[in-house]
Amino acid sequence: MHRKRNSVWNTPVSSDAIGSATKPLNSFTHVEAAGWGRGLSTLLRITRMNLRHPWQVAFAIGSTLVAVILQLLIPKLLGQAVDQTQTAIRGGVTGAAAEQALWISALLLLAVSALRGLVTMMQNYFAEAVGHHVAYELRLACYEKIQRLSFSFHDHVHSGDLITIGLLDLEGVRMYFSTALVRALLLTMLIGIGAYMLISTDPVLGLVALSFVPFVAWRSSVTQLRLRATWLDLQERVSVLSRVMEENLGGIRVVRAFAAQAYEMLKFDRASKSALDLAHDRVDIYVPNTSAMTLSFFFAMGLVLWIGGNKIIAGEISVGTLATFLTFMTILQMPVRQIGLMVNAFARASTCGSRLFGLLDQDITIRDAPDARPLEISEGTLRFDNVSFAYPSTETRPIVKNINFEARRGETIAIVGPPGSGKSTMAHLIPRFYDVIEGAITLDGQDIRKVTLATLRKAVAVVQQDAFLFTTTIENNIAYGDPWAKEQRIERASESAQLHNYILGLPAGYETVVGERGVSLSGGQRQRLTIARTMMLRPSVVVFDDSTAAIDAATEQRIRAAMRRFAKERVTIIIAHRLSSLMHADQILFVDNGEIVERGTHEELLAKRGRYKALYDLQMRSE
Amino acid sequence: MAQEDADELEGERNNVRDDGRRPPRAVVGSHRIEEEMFGRAFDQNVIRRIWAFARPYKAKLFISVSALLIFTGTQLLIPLIIRYAIDHGMAPGGIDHSYLLAAAGAFLLAILVNFAAGYTQETVVGKTAENVLFDIRRAMFARLQRVSLSFMDKTEVGRLMSRLQGDVNSMHEFLENSLYSVGDIALLFGIVFVMLWLDFRLGLVTLSVLPILFIVRIFWLPRARDAFMAAHETNSVANGALAEAIHGVRTVQSMERQQVNFILYDDKAHANLRTHLIAAKYAQVMVPIVDGLTGLAMAVVIVVGGSMIMNGRIDVGVLVAYLFYIQRFFDPIRSLTLQYSIMQRAMASGKRLTDVLDVKIDVQDKPDARALSPEMDGSVEFRNVTFGYNPNHPVLKNVSFRVHPGETVALVGPTGSGKSSAMALVHRFYDVQQGQVLVGGHDVRDLTQESLGRQVAMVLQEPFLFTGTVFDNIRYHKTEATRDKVIEAAKAVGAHDFIMSLADGYEAQLGERGGNLSLGQRQLISFARALVADAKILVLDEATANIDSYTEMLIQKALIKLLEGRTGLVIAHRLATVRGADRIIVLQNGQVIETGNHDQLMAAGGLYSKLYNLNYASFDDIPEEELDASAQADSQT
Repeated sequence: MHRKRNSVWNTPVSSDAIGSATKPLNSFTHVEAAGWGRGLSTLLRITRMNLRHPWQVAFAIGSTLVAVILQLLIPKLLGQAVDQTQTAIRGGVTGAAAEQALWISALLLLAVSALRGLVTMMQNYFAEAVGHHVAYELRLACYEKIQRLSFSFHDHVHSGDLITIGLLDLEGVRMYFSTALVRALLLTMLIGIGAYMLISTDPVLGLVALSFVPFVAWRSSVTQLRLRATWLDLQERVSVLSRVMEENLGGIRVVRAFAAQAYEMLKFDRASKSALDLAHDRVDIYVPNTSAMTLSFFFAMGLVLWIGGNKIIAGEISVGTLATFLTFMTILQMPVRQIGLMVNAFARASTCGSRLFGLLDQDITIRDAPDARPLEISEGTLRFDNVSFAYPSTETRPIVKNINFEARRGETIAIVGPPGSGKSTMAHLIPRFYDVIEGAITLDGQDIRKVTLATLRKAVAVVQQDAFLFTTTIENNIAYGDPWAKEQRIERASESAQLHNYILGLPAGYETVVGERGVSLSGGQRQRLTIARTMMLRPSVVVFDDSTAAIDAATEQRIRAAMRRFAKERVTIIIAHRLSSLMHADQILFVDNGEIVERGTHEELLAKRGRYKALYDLQMRSE
Repeated sequence: MAQEDADELEGERNNVRDDGRRPPRAVVGSHRIEEEMFGRAFDQNVIRRIWAFARPYKAKLFISVSALLIFTGTQLLIPLIIRYAIDHGMAPGGIDHSYLLAAAGAFLLAILVNFAAGYTQETVVGKTAENVLFDIRRAMFARLQRVSLSFMDKTEVGRLMSRLQGDVNSMHEFLENSLYSVGDIALLFGIVFVMLWLDFRLGLVTLSVLPILFIVRIFWLPRARDAFMAAHETNSVANGALAEAIHGVRTVQSMERQQVNFILYDDKAHANLRTHLIAAKYAQVMVPIVDGLTGLAMAVVIVVGGSMIMNGRIDVGVLVAYLFYIQRFFDPIRSLTLQYSIMQRAMASGKRLTDVLDVKIDVQDKPDARALSPEMDGSVEFRNVTFGYNPNHPVLKNVSFRVHPGETVALVGPTGSGKSSAMALVHRFYDVQQGQVLVGGHDVRDLTQESLGRQVAMVLQEPFLFTGTVFDNIRYHKTEATRDKVIEAAKAVGAHDFIMSLADGYEAQLGERGGNLSLGQRQLISFARALVADAKILVLDEATANIDSYTEMLIQKALIKLLEGRTGLVIAHRLATVRGADRIIVLQNGQVIETGNHDQLMAAGGLYSKLYNLNYASFDDIPEEELDASAQADSQT
């Protein structure tokens, strides 16, 4: 069933649309070092993606070709018209015939110009459309990939890097077709055919007219590549400046408390100056080069005027031919300057594409086994059989070692231990946020690696320490795992989590928008919301991962009382620092260094006079 | 089940709901409430304020405008030189090359001047615009360092950041384009003038196509702008949804929302695609119009100008020059009509910038403010203090108490009793409405804020750390503090051991707001920071969140160390801290209701003893009902 759903819902991003070479974890963060081969294969892959829109590609390329031809006709027609006037003056033809010839040239010129405008519009539109369609597909693919990649991936990759890939790198790939491929075609044709026409008309004058092309092509490429390099640097410096400002404003009370305004201004000025200096440097890269390009163009034009003039005097060419040359040069000027942009677009697409594909090719380490079956819950018994685990980055040092325990429906298991002892890690193994490296976790005898992820995660809910709120209404946040829930259920859950009264006090009640851009909730309120959110799920196993730390003891008591019925129908696992949160558990596991060092009920453990007792005494004393 | 959900969602998307069930309570990527993007095209007040920032660069502006005008002049001149060369220097069979030589010389001169002017103008404009921008940002940032804290409390950091970044950046476009507009106007008038001067009738006929473009642009612009805005909007929504998926990925996966989110995101991404295609249509539709009009102008020149040449009324060079001008004369119209939108956007941003620059500064040093000497006695006294963020609703009412030098006083009381406000007043974050706050015997309003801040160290409930090394965080602005002093402080508060266990010890880089440390560890570092500040008076708001017992113990020890030899004013949440204080002040509803040490207060049998006897680990744990009951019982007795 899971497979079927995949095929229905993932059609726009079927794996062959994206290509599917798998790469080791984290390879995409080191793209800059990639060589030419990789860059080229990236460009080929983007090109292949573009070609999946054959009609639009065909229209774009077809209209580019037509546009070039029409574009080149314009100088010809202008020259022809100029010559027609000259012939008439010299009395070569009658006045009426000359008038008629001029009319024909004029109408042709009008028609060619208008038509060129139309095909250029088509060329630009379809070239952009190809890019936007590819961007749409890549957007979906990125989103889906990011949603599916395992926790171990997200632990290692900075969220800012992923956002950069999804926003900026995607943009670089989108622009590839119109600013790199189509422009390359346009420029090659325009300069190539144009050069042929000019040189075949007059080799010397033609070469002189084109003399600025190599220089401008070279300078504009160098300029763009240097600007690109400094752009990355500038972004970095600007983000340092932003961070200085943001931390200052966020921590303004600290700044004021230490009377550190002068120091903060100094920090700001340093960051600001560094960004400003580079912005000035960029002006210094850009301006001399563009000015030199303009000068070289005008210089070539001056030469054409001088040599062409002499040739006219010598009677070798007509004024019309000179006009053709001059007009052709003005037409060519802009496109030649764009060579730099084109080179930059190739470079950009290559690095952006490598990073983007690096993400899309990531292997999803935690996924359904080929023969995975839906989880079936009958007794609702959770078992840890000799479970060991180590994070991929620290494989030599297991975080969890040889854990054994069993929990039946209605039972509460508490896990307690010093910070870093592996408590949360144990909890994260149950919904397969990570896979065990030894032993097995079973639910009603089914190894969790052999059931489908979707059914497993519906059965196992973890109330996280750091609750994430989505920027939407409180109602939507509570119903996050069950968007079709009835209103009464949402209210009941929030009542149990001791949140209902608070919500009613908000200006828009359950419709109040919370999250990053909404009303901000305190730590305790966030945790209560997360508890309510989890209660909506009806899981078979629920884990409270230190999720009441910011809730005061009394409120926690009331939540626990309200949840008594809820707990009766499932296995509850509680991880907490505060012993009062877990004294009532059916079994308490004291964990240190990933191993269970003591287990039993509260009374049994106190009687043991071991680690648990020591912790108990410590807490009673400090309070 | 999931298939059903997906179907249902799909149904919702197409607005087909045959089963009558409600739509899902699900969205991805919230719709951002965008600020006003466009203001009036011209806001005199905004222009005046921005001009104030540009004034220091007056000389540079003068240079750039002059260079720009010279640059435009050479652009106009070049076709004229070509015309001269064709008409006077290229008579077929002529022997006299001097005219052509003169033309070539003039051409060379013109392009050199063009180069120099272009270079100067672009460099000066580019750099000056950046300078003005950075100056504006600095002025705003400096203002925010001094504005009242109640403004900062009300205003989200994100909002201020978008002032400092987005709005400042949108001025960049405006500053550069305004200058270039001067060039555009000069070019437009120049072309019109030269064309009419070359031949009035031909000029008039040719220029008649210009208004057509102008009119078309005026109709096109508002529609195109809407299309561009829509594309911009859908883009930021889709990007927001992606960012949310990244930040919330753990929740998404544990709640199995991938399927639903993907379908919802597809909607956003598709809307983004659609609006971008529409925007592309609007952007491209101008191409055939401009090309068609250029073609029309050229056709007119050829027919009318051609027959004029045959009549001998004009020379052929005029026609060639016209063809040059025609290819240029749509450019200024394009950029000038764009300038209108740029102006509107800049005025909207400028308005918001000036709002920040004009935020009132409530707490200011008096002209004759004195520096608080480090030799002062370290006492703190409240004399009949009445204070409220809103003067009509005082949070402190006629509060008087004195903290003697070296004494530790715990402030306790239910939430909203005015503890935090009292603490803020010692530091003069706000000014009192009535009465006086005295530090070292001086009214805080008579002291410089700088010297007051140096003598009053503050530890906030939420430890705030800056990006940077552990060392930099502990030292903070005391740049004169040595490494030994920092390590000594860290050892004193018990932070040394865990700091040394970090990969780079004191040089370890802290993540954003110290994110890679636990709450307890951040607390200890903020204690060390207060210790290095070495102030006579320490004001401390104890953390309420639960920390593991071991770190908790460290913090309690550190607290004792921190208060050694200092006057301490502690907002206490934990009974251990309260009991350790020399004296306890109980606040309720903004009034001091009890004072004394633990034993005295217990003996008195007032609110304190009632709260204490409820046997909660911390006063914050006491449920409101019990609190209300005790308070009532208390007020009845």
